[in-house]
Amino acid sequence: MRDRLILGSQLLFTSLVAAFLIVPAILSMLAGITVNYFRGIGSGLTFQWVVAVWDLYAETIARSFLIAVATLVVTLLIGVPAAYAFNVRGGRLARTMEEVITLPLAIPGLAIALALLLTYNGFGDFRRSWLFILTGHVVFTLPFMVRAVMAVLSGIDVKTLDESAASLGAGPWRRFRDVIVPNARPGILAGALAVVTLSLGEFNLTWMLHTPLTKTLPVGLADSYASMRLEIASAYTLVFFLMIIPLLVAMQLLADRSGTRS
Amino acid sequence: MRISPTRTRVYPSSAVYISAKHERGLSHKSFLRLCLLPLTLVTAAFFLLPMVKLVIAGASGETGLWAYAAIVTEPRYRATLINTVLLAGATTAASLVIATIAGLFLQRHRFPGRAVLIAMLTFPLAFPGVVVGFMIILLAGRQGLVSDLTSRLIGEKLVFAYSIQGLFLGYLYFSIPRVILTIMAAVEKLDPSLEEAARALGAGPWAVHRDVILPALMPAFVASGAIAFATAMGAFGTAFTLATNIDVLPMVIYTEFTLSANIAMAAALSVGLGLVAWAILALSRSLTGGTIAAAG
Repeated sequence: MRDRLILGSQLLFTSLVAAFLIVPAILSMLAGITVNYFRGIGSGLTFQWVVAVWDLYAETIARSFLIAVATLVVTLLIGVPAAYAFNVRGGRLARTMEEVITLPLAIPGLAIALALLLTYNGFGDFRRSWLFILTGHVVFTLPFMVRAVMAVLSGIDVKTLDESAASLGAGPWRRFRDVIVPNARPGILAGALAVVTLSLGEFNLTWMLHTPLTKTLPVGLADSYASMRLEIASAYTLVFFLMIIPLLVAMQLLADRSGTRS
Repeated sequence: MRISPTRTRVYPSSAVYISAKHERGLSHKSFLRLCLLPLTLVTAAFFLLPMVKLVIAGASGETGLWAYAAIVTEPRYRATLINTVLLAGATTAASLVIATIAGLFLQRHRFPGRAVLIAMLTFPLAFPGVVVGFMIILLAGRQGLVSDLTSRLIGEKLVFAYSIQGLFLGYLYFSIPRVILTIMAAVEKLDPSLEEAARALGAGPWAVHRDVILPALMPAFVASGAIAFATAMGAFGTAFTLATNIDVLPMVIYTEFTLSANIAMAAALSVGLGLVAWAILALSRSLTGGTIAAAG
């Protein structure tokens, strides 16, 4: 009896915590498709707010996609080769470099954004373009790519693979392309999902780096929270949820798959 | 008809192999260097150089290097620093307690709906700070759930989203999922034989928890607690959305930079904030030997 009581109260507690996290998210999704949130669901359901969001903010959504894809391309191009080199070389230099590129995980985005602004404020065209936001996103997401790839590489015998390919006459570039990259694929995929998800939701850096002409989705969200009616803000948040949920599901599937394999 | 599976293999003669290996050894080394070049250039130009500029900018105001001392000597900044540390500390402690109770329960029991519960608890992991702020507004804001319920129950609207309680709730909202994941992973790795041994020696459930389970989870507490603390210290989006008039460090940095154009002080405060967050994470890493990260 006493055990059941303890178990029951643990279940109740855990459910309450889950409710604290999920109820506001559900409220916001409902508010985004309700005619008048103040009067409640009884006022009817509508897509007018989602359409309004599209009219007002379509540009920010497109720009966020552009920046996320560009961030992914850059982190792939510079992160995957670097992870391979860190793994093969080892030693103090590789460890120090790894430490340095991991620093942006500890330093708040606001500080990094201020530093970028102080350094590149004079470069007008660059500072005004979306490429300026891209640099911030690359610095912030790069460690996730490098570490995801390194985690997979450290689990396989890169050296033997590399040497056997070499003994068959493959040059370094072919070995990297045809042997290392296919073997590192789970890590590259995990890193890519993390990079895209983080870039789509990045606010702390982007808020400082954006201009009125380079607003991204999270910047637009902050804007709508401050100045739009609750229904429009909610519909905009709903659009964001719809964008990240597939990514989260994919991450979970990937984690489950590698979990069952190991 | 059968096709013979034998395939001819060609082995390079040893002499060719050795010379080729020597040649490749050289080009392999330069290939590795080439692999590191893009990362080195990007990190130097867009991270290291800006960070150096930030540290210099912090000392370039009228007061010079004293701007750094002002973080603790100037009453306004000192109060902000204390506020931020207290808030981050309270968030960390509350997240750890909540996540330990829920994490132990979820990892120890199998029941219908468990997967849904875990999904609900980890869903907010990818929410940016601004969205978390909005969640708190929907919960405790002027048109929020709490205000609606209280006005029906007691005839008075309870609104606390824009106060320090609202900010605390927001920080809790984004810390709980992260901490729960770490603690659940640690619970999974616990050695059940230790608990059995303790029980066999006559320890009750409380004693097993106090003397066996909680000490074994200590590394997970340190690691996830440090992440929660560092993230809460630097969280900007949530405070920004709630538009609180509570001075937390990221908000003060933002207003110094944009409203007062006090670039030197904003830079000095940023450096201070970055150092604290980095030191907390480095300390926890040296205590646990693991690799961890803060984000958001």
